[in-house]
Parts: sequence; structure tokens; C-alpha cells
Amino acid sequence: MDIELRHIHKYFGPVHANDDISLTIPSGTIFGLLGENGAGKSTLMKILSGYYHPDAGEILIDGKPVELQFPADAIRHGIGMLHQDPLDFPPLRVLDDFMVGYPKGLTLPRTEARQALRTISEQFGFTLDPDAYVGSLTVGERQQLEIARLLWLGAQVLIFDEPTTGISAQQKENLFAALHRLAKEGKTVIFVTHKLEEVNQLCDRVAVLRAGKLVGEMGPPYDLDGLVRMMFGKVVTKGERMVTPLGKTVLQIKNLALEDARLRIEGVDLEVHEGEVIGLAGMEGSGQRHLLRACAGLERPVEGKIWLDGHDMTGKGYHDFLRRGVAYVPAARLEEALVPTLTLLEHFILAGEQRGLVIDRQAALEHTRERIETFNIRGLPHSTVESLSGGNQQRALLALLRPGLRLILMEHPTRGLDLESAIWVWHNLKRRCREERTAIFFMSSDLEEILHYSDRILVFFSGQVSDPIPATETNIEELGQLIGGRGFEPIAEVQP
Amino acid sequence: MTARLNQMLYVLVAVLVALLFTSLVLVLAGASPVAAYWYILKGSLGSWTKITDVMVAWVPLLLATAGLLVTFAAGLWNIGIEGQIVLGGIFTTWVLRLLQDSTMTPALIIILAIAAGAIGGALWSALAGLLKVYGGVNEIFGGLGLDFVAVALTLWLIFGPWKRPGIGSMSGTEPFPEKLWLPTLGHTRLSLWALLIGLVSAAVVYFLLSGTYFGLKLKAVGKNPRAAHLLGIPTTRYMMSAFLLSGLFAGLAGAVQVTAVYHRLIPAISSGYGWLGLMVSMLINFQPLWAAPVTFFFALLNIGSIQLPIMLKLDSSLSGVLQGALVLSFLLVGGARQRHLARRQVEEASHE
Repeated sequence: MDIELRHIHKYFGPVHANDDISLTIPSGTIFGLLGENGAGKSTLMKILSGYYHPDAGEILIDGKPVELQFPADAIRHGIGMLHQDPLDFPPLRVLDDFMVGYPKGLTLPRTEARQALRTISEQFGFTLDPDAYVGSLTVGERQQLEIARLLWLGAQVLIFDEPTTGISAQQKENLFAALHRLAKEGKTVIFVTHKLEEVNQLCDRVAVLRAGKLVGEMGPPYDLDGLVRMMFGKVVTKGERMVTPLGKTVLQIKNLALEDARLRIEGVDLEVHEGEVIGLAGMEGSGQRHLLRACAGLERPVEGKIWLDGHDMTGKGYHDFLRRGVAYVPAARLEEALVPTLTLLEHFILAGEQRGLVIDRQAALEHTRERIETFNIRGLPHSTVESLSGGNQQRALLALLRPGLRLILMEHPTRGLDLESAIWVWHNLKRRCREERTAIFFMSSDLEEILHYSDRILVFFSGQVSDPIPATETNIEELGQLIGGRGFEPIAEVQP
Repeated sequence: MTARLNQMLYVLVAVLVALLFTSLVLVLAGASPVAAYWYILKGSLGSWTKITDVMVAWVPLLLATAGLLVTFAAGLWNIGIEGQIVLGGIFTTWVLRLLQDSTMTPALIIILAIAAGAIGGALWSALAGLLKVYGGVNEIFGGLGLDFVAVALTLWLIFGPWKRPGIGSMSGTEPFPEKLWLPTLGHTRLSLWALLIGLVSAAVVYFLLSGTYFGLKLKAVGKNPRAAHLLGIPTTRYMMSAFLLSGLFAGLAGAVQVTAVYHRLIPAISSGYGWLGLMVSMLINFQPLWAAPVTFFFALLNIGSIQLPIMLKLDSSLSGVLQGALVLSFLLVGGARQRHLARRQVEEASHE
């Protein structure tokens, strides 16, 4: 089945997630869709699979325009999608999950379904026990179940959104074999990824998205440097770097290991000095966030030690870190950092020193006014935080950080901010480094931001961490390739 | 249209919807709505005695609502409130039984008994809190389970260890001597002391939630526990405090029911005031300022509808229909208004 997307637009509020994207995807191919986080890949695929409705543009299947209101419409037209986080039913048994989307009849076709599941499994070399619980399967097996389910429902086009995240090398091999087989049978396979190696290994053709726009297409043999340039854009001049003289060690990490269901990060050694800025680069979910959270006591390391100003903080909770002058600023401002429905005034009261039991509203109001003024927040003391724009929420978050902190940990300091706000945020952070000797440890998916503001950079790839790279000794291309995992080990070893 | 006018219109529409629905029920039951409403008013505000009767029902409802507002502020559904009222009644009865033959002055015994009731409610609530915070049991499930246990406990006490001389009965334990009753106003059933406890509690909760660090932190925990944690607030401790406080007020309600109204432990000591308090909390959208007037109105409906079986051969549960209809129509009209506002915002955004 040939797929054609014509002039697709999609907005989320002010964000133009898909900007006039036109693509033709022929059947029988493995078609790659490459781009960094937030480039619009998932949005586009969710439109194609009926999960979102485009604000403009049309979808053609075999030359005929179709209207996809719901995922069920898409599957009726033969388009199925495997989402990045499996959309299945962990409490159900495999066979029940397999039949969930079955559109016909009142009774469940158990025998028929069991037979179909067995046939498809044999065909693709899947190892699925129909009576096991979905929750007990590995991520790889859950993908197999989704593939089998979509095939049984008659899918001719299968979309895989970052399917290699969190599966083992063996499972990845099995998956790729299944994808090749699907393509050989004439099915259309769309493979969404940010990993260059996988494009190189698997795809018959690749399209690159950046900031919601289609920037180009390429067929094999791939020019990997060219792809990196397309993904991350042109390298712009860095401008004047601010260099802060470093002081004594604030944070020391030794042989740290962190773990979650998908990832294990091992052997991290690092010293962060007063006034130093360290940037963590890598695709989302490569382990940066785990390290940041561990340095604030929000996550417990499975191995290794953490010291703050010489105090052993291993295994301590966030509030102990807070007392020692550590602050954590998450990226999900309204979900994790601010309290919706409470006002700016109330936030400043909460973040400030508590004096007695009863709130002195007048004093708090004056303090809030002063902060709003100093931090140039566009809002009133009685504005609820959710009524502020993203940039002003971020300013408010910085204003809430008390002066004289030892270490600020930040997820995506400027995500979703316009240029002016972004520059302001960093101006404020750098001032803290200079005047208050605060160290800053931040993660970002914006390589230019990382290069420009960091003193040293750690690159993460699937839980592997590079040695610290001095920002003056690298460039966007090299970082981009490291992030894509290309030659990760050798380059990491070359750096001191 | 100004926001205030908009708000008044919203209240008006919601009340009208509730009245219309209740009238429809009345018409279907073959009664005149106008007459029914008239008898409710006459039966509640028609005489000084009736007004004091309304106040007798008002006090426990106000206490339960005050307690619930604390847990709601912390984002918790304290469904265990009924059981906490019951435990308040049980603890109060227990202390009264222990001390009724002692040489202590009656006033001191009553004070100790009421304090015990508050503690009993708080402990029962803490149980739901512990289940939630440390056992991962949703407070709705834990509270509901504890409600049933509390009722079973009352029945066991009334028919077992605390049964009347001879044989236990549904009418409750042996009434306490009159010196252990909270003194009432003249020939009415209203105790000014109970009224004072209710009003002071409501004022305390209002002040706590609007003027103190504790209240603000509680709200932060309720609205966004993750952000509250990052702001340095010990979230589990605050949740537990909310449970303890809520249970304390519920326990006071039970204590008042024993010392001022029934003068003994009866099986239905909570009289459903906990459930009613939940309804009021939702109706007033968890705003403490409105707790006193709206609970008074609900108490008025309860007392007024006692007239209905006598005058119109209607069941007195009509007050429940009206109360339920009010809550539902407020939620319904409020929801419709929210959707309308949201849609307007989307339209404005897309025009930009």
C-alpha cells in the first residue's frame, strides 16, 4: 500500500509541530523517519495512524484520499502503529490482549485467535505464550504481540515509533529480521528513530525532520555526516563564551550506578566545582535525567557514592540535599515544579523562609513584587502560575530559587522558551555561577545550548556515559555523532 | 459580563435546575411542589423551637464538613468520615461510662469525654491515613472499609459489653444521668456549647486554610505533591496531619451527638452527617467560607422535611432528593460552564 502525505500541518497551542510536511512512502520498503526529540516525528505518525487529526493537509492511500478520525479508522484502512510506550494491557493475558481490538461479533473468537497467533508467531519466529500475562513480558515480546495483533487486524502499513529503546541486542536483531520479512511480503514499514546506525543498517530510504519541517530525504548509501547536519541544523557561531574561574569541589560522584526497568548506567565518576556548568547531552531517555535526579537525592543509586561539599550524601533524600544547598528544577514546570491554581504570591510564600505559623501577607506581597520586578516576570502577585506563559513560568522558577545555592540541577533550562527568555535564563544562571559560586548541572537536547553555556559536557548514549569533554574541544558535529551513538566508545576513550 | 455576575447567574441556574428536578419528582408522586416547599420552610423556620432544632442538626454537619475541607485541601477523599464520627461517639461514651460514678465534677467529665471523642475520630482517621501513606491503599477504599468496621463495632458494643441491663436493644446503651448532658438552652434541644464547638471549628478550619503556612502547604500537597516535594514540603507528614485533623473534627461531631443530643450511644450515631458533609463540600467547591451557610441550609432541609409525612403523606427522604439534586445540578452546570469557557479559550487562541 502506498502512502502519501500532503501538506500536513499540526499545531499544539503556539507550537507548530508539523509544518507543511509532504511525504510519499512506497509499499514494500522500510522507510526511516529521522529527527531529534521534538522534531515532529511522533506527531506526524500519530496523524497517519488516526491518533491525532491534522489541522490541514490530507492523507492518500494508494492515491485515494482518506479521512482518519480515530485509530480504528486507520486500522480499517490497514494502518497500524506501535507506540513508543507500548499501548497494551499489562493486566490481561496475551491472547485477550491480542483480541481486544477485534471489530466483529459479540463473542470472542478464542479458538480462531489462538490459531492466528500461533501462525503469525511461527511465521516471524516470535515466542509468545498466549496464556502469559502481558505485564510479565519483556518490552521486545510486547512489541511482538503488537505486531502480531496489528497483522491479524489486517495492517498493511506498520509504524514503529522508536522501537529499539529499551530492548536487548538479541531482541533488536529479531525485530529487524521481522521488519525485513514484513517489507519482503510487500508491507510498508515506517521506522521512526533518532539513531543513525539503525537507519544505516535497516532503511531503504530516510526522511529527516527538524523543528516540525521536512528538511530532506536520502537513500543508501547514506552520508552520515550529511544526516547529522540535517538533524541538528547548520552550525552557528557560538559568540562570546563566558568563562568562570572554578573553585573547590562541590559535588563528587564516584563509581555511580543507576538503574530502571530499561536502562543501567554504570561507573560514573565526576567532580563538579564551584561556579562550573556541566551540560548533559544525549537523546531523551539515555540516562541523563537519572543522573541529575540522583544528584538531588530524588533517585537512589544502586552503587557508588555521592559527596556534597565533603559530606557523604549517598542514600539521603531530596530534603537533605535541599538543606545542603541543592535545588532541582524539572522541565515539566506545571507537572512537577509549580502548583497549578496557586498564585505567584503563594509560591513565594511556600519557597521562602517560614516565620511563625500565620502568613504575613503584606510582607509576602512586598517580597513577591520585588521578585517579579527583579526577574522581569510578566504577571501579578495574584496571577495563578498556570496563567503565565512558559517563559514567565521559568523566570518564576528561577526567582523561587533562594540565593547562595551550592548546586542547581536543571532539566532543559530553556525548553519551550523564546530566544529572549532563553538568553535571560542563562544570563541569570551564569550570574549565580559568577557571584554566588553556584555550580550548575543541566541536561538539554539543544546542542548549541550545551556547547555555548557548559564548561564541560557529558554525552549519554543508551545508558553509556562519556568522560567529561571540555566544551572548547568539541563541536556540534562531534556531539551529534556521539549522541547518535556513532563510534561512541572510541571517541569517548580518546577524550581525557 | 463581569465575573461576579457570571458567578451569580451560575448559582441561580444551578438552584433552578435542582428545584425543577425536585418539583418533577413531587408531581410524579402526586403532591404539590409549592405546598411541599412551604411545609419544609414552615417546619424549619416556623418557630423558635424549630430553628433551634435546625441548629441541633447543623452542628454535627458543620463539624463533619469542616473536617472534610481539611482533607480535601490536601487532595484526599476522606470517605472514612462516617466511621470517624462513630468512633468519636464510642470514645466519648467510653469515657463517660468510666467516669460517671467517679467523684469528678460533671463539667470535667464532659470535657474529658468530648476530648476523648476528638481523639477517637483522629485515631480512626489516622488508620486510613497510614493505610494510604504506607500501605498504598487508596483512602477511599480504606475509609469505606473502616466505616463498616466502625458500625460493626458500635453494634457489638451496644449488644455486647455495653448492653442495657437485661437485654441489648437497637435503642442504644443505657442513657447517662442528666448531670452528664451538655446543658441545653431553655426547653429546646439545642446546646449552646455544642453550637460553640461547631462554629469555632469552622472558624479554625477557615483560618487554617486561608491564613497559615500549614494550610498553604497542605494545598500545595493536594494540588501537586511532586512540586510540593521539590519545594521542600514533607508531603507524607502533611497528608497524615490532614487525616488527623479531619478525624478530630469528625470525632467532635460524634462526641456532640452523644453528650448533647442522644445522651447515649445509638447504632446510627453518625446519622449520615459524614455523607452529607461530603455532598456539601462538593457543592461549595471546597471553599471554607461557604461551609457554615450551606450546612445550615442542608440542616434546614433535613428538619423541615420531617413535616412532609404528616402533612402531605410524603416520605421525609425528599430532603435527600433535593440535596442530591442541588449537588448534581451544581456540578453539572459548573461542568457545562467550564467546557464553555475552555472552548472559548481555544477559539480565541486559534484566532490569534
